[in-house]
Amino acid sequence: MTGAAYAEIAVFFGTLTVLAVPLGGWIGRAMRGEAPLVGRLLGPVERAVYRLAGVDPAEEMSWRRYAAAVLAFNGAGLLLLYALQRLQPALPLDPGRLAAVPRDVAVNTAVSFVTNTNWQSYGGEATLSPLVQMAGLAVQNFLSAATGIAVLAALTRGLVRRSTQGLGSFWVDLTRSTLHVLLPLSLGLALLLAGQGVVQSFGGVGRWPLRDPVPDASGRPVVEQAIPMGPVASQVAIKQLGTNGGGYYAANSTHPFENPTPLTNLAEALAILLVPAALCFTFGGWVGDRRHAWTLYSAMLVILVPLTMATVAAEQAGNPAITAVGVDEQPGPLQAGGNMEGKEARLGPVDAGIWAAATTAASNGSVDAQHDSLTPLGGLWPMWLMQLGEVVFGGVGSGLYGMLLFVVVAVFVSGLMVGRTPEYLGKKIEAREIKLASVAILLPSAVVLGGTALACLVPSAAAAAANPGAHGFSELLYAFSSAANNNGSAFGGLTADGPFWTRATDVAMLVGRYGVLVPVLAMAGALAQKRTVPPSAGTLPTHGPLFAGLLVGTVLLVGALTFLPALALGPIVEHLQLHSW
Amino acid sequence: MDVAAHPPARSRTLLPRTVVGAALLDALRKLDPRTLVRNPVMFTVEVGSAFTTALFLHALVTGRGDAPAGFILAVAAWLWFTVLFSNFAEAIAEGRGKAQADTLRRARREVVATRLATPSRASPREDVPAARLRPGDVVWVEAGQIVPGDGEVIEGIASVDESAITGESAPVIRESGGDRSAVTGGTRLLSDWLVVRITAEPGGSFLDRMIGLVEGAKRQKTPNEIALDILLAALTLVFLLATATLLPFSVHAVRTAGAGAPVGLTVLVALLVCLIPTTIGGLLSAIGIAGMDRMIRANVIATSGRAVEAAGDVDVLLLDKTGTITLGNRQATAFLPGDGVAERALADAAQLASLADETPEGRSIVVLAKERHGLRGRTLEPGALFVPFAAQTRMSGVDVGARRVRKGALDAVARFVEAEGGRLPDTVRTIAEDVARRGATPLVVADGSRALGVIELKDVVKGGIAEKFAELRRMGIRTVMITGDNALTAASIAAEAGVDDFLAEATPEMKLAHIRGWQAKGHLVAMTGDGTNDAPALAQADVAVAMHTGTQAAKEAGNMVDLDSNPTKLIQIVEIGKQLLMTRGALTTFSIANDVAKYFAIIPAAFATTYPPLRALDVMRLHSPASAILSAVIFNALVIVALIPLALRGIAYRPAPASAILARHLLLYGLGGLVLPFAGIKLIDLALAALHLA
Repeated sequence: MTGAAYAEIAVFFGTLTVLAVPLGGWIGRAMRGEAPLVGRLLGPVERAVYRLAGVDPAEEMSWRRYAAAVLAFNGAGLLLLYALQRLQPALPLDPGRLAAVPRDVAVNTAVSFVTNTNWQSYGGEATLSPLVQMAGLAVQNFLSAATGIAVLAALTRGLVRRSTQGLGSFWVDLTRSTLHVLLPLSLGLALLLAGQGVVQSFGGVGRWPLRDPVPDASGRPVVEQAIPMGPVASQVAIKQLGTNGGGYYAANSTHPFENPTPLTNLAEALAILLVPAALCFTFGGWVGDRRHAWTLYSAMLVILVPLTMATVAAEQAGNPAITAVGVDEQPGPLQAGGNMEGKEARLGPVDAGIWAAATTAASNGSVDAQHDSLTPLGGLWPMWLMQLGEVVFGGVGSGLYGMLLFVVVAVFVSGLMVGRTPEYLGKKIEAREIKLASVAILLPSAVVLGGTALACLVPSAAAAAANPGAHGFSELLYAFSSAANNNGSAFGGLTADGPFWTRATDVAMLVGRYGVLVPVLAMAGALAQKRTVPPSAGTLPTHGPLFAGLLVGTVLLVGALTFLPALALGPIVEHLQLHSW
Repeated sequence: MDVAAHPPARSRTLLPRTVVGAALLDALRKLDPRTLVRNPVMFTVEVGSAFTTALFLHALVTGRGDAPAGFILAVAAWLWFTVLFSNFAEAIAEGRGKAQADTLRRARREVVATRLATPSRASPREDVPAARLRPGDVVWVEAGQIVPGDGEVIEGIASVDESAITGESAPVIRESGGDRSAVTGGTRLLSDWLVVRITAEPGGSFLDRMIGLVEGAKRQKTPNEIALDILLAALTLVFLLATATLLPFSVHAVRTAGAGAPVGLTVLVALLVCLIPTTIGGLLSAIGIAGMDRMIRANVIATSGRAVEAAGDVDVLLLDKTGTITLGNRQATAFLPGDGVAERALADAAQLASLADETPEGRSIVVLAKERHGLRGRTLEPGALFVPFAAQTRMSGVDVGARRVRKGALDAVARFVEAEGGRLPDTVRTIAEDVARRGATPLVVADGSRALGVIELKDVVKGGIAEKFAELRRMGIRTVMITGDNALTAASIAAEAGVDDFLAEATPEMKLAHIRGWQAKGHLVAMTGDGTNDAPALAQADVAVAMHTGTQAAKEAGNMVDLDSNPTKLIQIVEIGKQLLMTRGALTTFSIANDVAKYFAIIPAAFATTYPPLRALDVMRLHSPASAILSAVIFNALVIVALIPLALRGIAYRPAPASAILARHLLLYGLGGLVLPFAGIKLIDLALAALHLA
């Protein structure tokens, strides 16, 4: 790694921390209905929404009712998004005259955006009209992220409240997180991006002459490129902030219309981690333990920073097979150096490495380089970050509630080790909590391993991988790791619109989302009913380096033990092969 | 403090030879899948063992196994050993209890009881077998006879040899009324006679319960054990997935790489067994049984494992002042007469009020009056009526003709004097308050409407107790002293002894309310008690230790019985509870940390034929793929045996803040568990290679 790379990583995480702390406090106040300024402006809107929807904002939902509301709301969103895609030709705002989306792909896309995965088996601007992107995808970008924040709020109430059934109202949490948190943030980011040149228009197709004409299939020279335009800046803002990741363009953030300048690259990369990072502080403030917030945040950084550096280092080191044929891969004043395959030449391996780590740590999935072309190790770390369960920052809301499941397990084992029934923030961790945490941690991993095994056995599924050998296996493993952990980034190379892959990833995304979300709500319900045990010297503190280390150890050990055999047959062996060339 | 000063009468050897012999047989018997299914981890190992045995037979018969038959046999054998070692650990833990149960059973000899027709010693008698006695029956027992069942003494006084139950050879006194009225079936009268009302159903006696407990016959999983079981089952599932999916992964790898052969089923089963948490899974039930056993060795009978576990969580200890915090009992040290009363007159009235008072305080008053004023202890004249101390009145005394003499707490006697038409003189009140301020206890003496003065009773705080309480505080346990004394006295002793809080002028109702108050704030409360009036509080407390010398009601209400009747035992009980949880936690961490090394042993061995570069992961440089896999399996089995002593003894407990304990155990069992198997597997591999076994 070059000095500049170290500096860039330091600036990136430094800026993230400076932004996340105040934002976290602000989200907390917004969710509790205490937000100043914006609250006064948006308060009347919020109340109007409740009146219009016939919602009683004072309602206290039990966990079952809360979960039912989440499922019903997401179910309705799924149907609507499916209908929009199927009815596309009959709807306005379609300058490209695009056809109806095929059924399997439409279902897959609907599931993908509702579950905050944003796995794309469709072709971006070539498949969907500005209307479907705006009214369909962008709406779900907001709502799926808001759902995550709402569930986290319910879990937080479960920890804070005592001897009660009520976890708050899903409708209020959904409205507040959308209206007070995601909308203002997105508006700000969209303006910044548009100011930097990101496209924001109501369609039309731009035509540009090609500098170097290329021959088409019949050998005639192509001299002009037609690129559909649309409301890109507004959609990219929420795609980054809401850990969604589904780009307006198929090329995602490598596309100059989505990511034109170094500043947009930094802003978009920061936006990936911003809300999940801020939610650590929201949570800490809400439960009244700021030191715990810092402990959670540090634990995530302790995992992410080294893995980011490892990814950047692997990319910057380049490919020994290419070095062997006499190509200079050293970074220097005239070239970024390193592995440039699949990289946007404007961005290079350092930006790509940081983005790759951030987008897989958070369940974002947007890319500014093609992950399929990363070096074996450069691809290993992002894949592993997803397999850890998307808990290192993870999805908006879902990342932190996923991390809290690991906290429950870590607290349980360490509680036993100090000779006391384990308790977390004063709530005793008993058989029911362990059962729910186990289910929620187990399910996504089971889908990743089981799905990959199935893909290995079904010839048509395995054939969808573009590459032979270990790399082809990595493509299969990456696809399920991404879908079941609701990341949505693709390793490329995989032809994912066939019946096996669309249906298999449908199941993976649904299980990965609701197989965690529902147990988390059940746990919130169980915790809310408990009394709070006052802390004493015998209570294990859940802050400080020791607990952070314990949490990091738990996450890494579970992730390593579950996936080491599979990873050994994919990126690890590929790396060893490459270096024993 | 004399926590460790009561060496139990029973054997302390960890593994008596007789127990080991019986346990070896038991380990085989426990292979029955119907019993093993209760333990998901070991059940998985047993299924794996049976499966590899079938693979071996298949390889032997067809000659086309997925590995050489000898290798499959070796893996199968070590997998069976893994199950057997775990069974052996459990059998050893149970065996130690069984040996004790046999001793107890000898006490439950067939006894012929003498049943009385009515609850009077003069009523007609008939002989019936003890087994036919029902609650409510009244029996006659005399010197040399065995008490036929648990019961309450309703008449008589006798010395009883309870060594069969308590292991304590010194006889104890049992008498009607008061707190020493409970007798236990199987104990022997050494002198005099008793009339006993039977309180236990046949088969439900204390002795029966104790035998059941030490044998572990009615062992229920405790809440923490259930939670841990779930976690272990979840881990087992994770590893089942990780290994089961390796077969399709490997088939795919062979297809695309065009080299090697798919991983064999034997190797996959071996990998699975190495990965699932067999160390903790195999020792979990032994740890639980051993925890109960440690309680029994401390001469404490817990009615359930749940109570033992709860003991580790206790964060408030309610301790009776007398006998726990102070030495024995308060002694009368001075008579302090009020205005116009001669000290001798006060001493005389005090002695009269105390003649029938058998409490140590009462006796010390009689003795002090004799020493200071030459007043001889008199027998009460006929017609005199002794008024015993009651928790509500907090007074005792005597009625002789029209004379009503009382002694008691200041406010209680003040009320009595006012009820008699008098008024408590200010001087007496001042004297009493002075005494209390000095940390002593004032007992005000009144003769009818006239308050005569004050007896000063002094407490002596036990040496070393303040340090013990400081230690408890570091463990996060708060101590509360319970006393019938007034607030001033209590505060003075509390300060001297270093308790965190005290409850003065405690009535049974106040104790109960106090416990509920702590519990409402989320605390777990432990207390000891012996009297019938302690029963409600004992029933309310989370961990309630009844003294064996106490009443039947107290023993029924508590969830533990301390056979030594030593109130400081609570502290030892808390430590045993914590040890139990710590041992489980440490071995869980150890078990999971072990897996890393096993991956490094097995993964390269299993896949090197398909992908030779994977040999780079073989950091231990093991002899051959076969020896690598076998070494991991053998290490996995042997580590269970190696840890049996730790499981039985429990890991050492030192009072320290939670974070210090955690850091220590993470280092020892986490880091140790990570590193140790690398060395262990390498050593076994070297041995296998040297012996040309693999």
